[in-house]
Amino acid sequence: MQWNSFSDFVQMGGYAFYVWGSFGACALGMLLEPWLLKRRRRAILTRLSGQEHLQ
Amino acid sequence: MSHSLVNWFKYASPASFYPLAGRMIPYFAAAAALLGLAGLWIGLLVAPTDAQQGEGYRIIFVHVPASWMSMFVYCVMAFWSALGLAFKTRLSGMMTAALAPTGALFAFLSLWTGALWGKPMWGAWWVWDARLTSQLILFFLYLGFIALQSSIDDPRRADKAGALLALVGVINVPIIYFSVQWWNTLHQGASVSMTKAPSMAHTMLAGMLIMALAFWAYTIAVALARVRCIMLERELSSEWVKRNATE
Repeated sequence: MQWNSFSDFVQMGGYAFYVWGSFGACALGMLLEPWLLKRRRRAILTRLSGQEHLQ
Repeated sequence: MSHSLVNWFKYASPASFYPLAGRMIPYFAAAAALLGLAGLWIGLLVAPTDAQQGEGYRIIFVHVPASWMSMFVYCVMAFWSALGLAFKTRLSGMMTAALAPTGALFAFLSLWTGALWGKPMWGAWWVWDARLTSQLILFFLYLGFIALQSSIDDPRRADKAGALLALVGVINVPIIYFSVQWWNTLHQGASVSMTKAPSMAHTMLAGMLIMALAFWAYTIAVALARVRCIMLERELSSEWVKRNATE
């Protein structure tokens, strides 16, 4: 373990903005993309079940 | 031999690839999550402070895997495009289209994290350096591919146009990769220096490779999920969709 305290960890030796800005953007992108795909799939399935209903 | 050939053609059709892809997604998603946690653990908690760059160097644990994936995904798109143009398989175009947004995301993250690294280390968010410029072109190639495909209504024509763009654009990938050798760039050469104290370099390298594997598994899971959506959207009226969609 590299850190003496949690606040040390958060401050990242003065690079907090850059380090968390990088990891944060990656986390955001890689959570948003699967979420958007889930919504896309749900929309298709709703459309499909609507089709069945009409037949 | 003939058995394996039959299987290849079997899975080249959307109707049989759709359920296979669905079964594979949970494994790749779980692998991505576990490897991602392990990579974060090593990269943020275990790996020692860099002698020159302090804690700021930790950005490389996401910057390098994102950059690698952005280049690799484009190569895979070019591979599927060549296959699609040669054999006219429907699945190839769908796979190419499914990969493009994820590749674009990684190209963007590569540029974003690179800017956040460049500001404290070089004193500039951006420089028109060969490595950075060719990576920016890669991002624009992804956006161009997505725009081109969405501007053509007929999926087969969209696939063909996209495949041509992917194949022409793939020339840019070796340019990115070798840019640090061919030109005198500000961007550093090797991502991990093996000349530093071995224990240090090994922890850093392990963290970076595990993160790269996590990004790899993530890409496969997300691309498979997207290709399933594309299959359903393109073949909404076909019989297999009605049978399989609820699975």
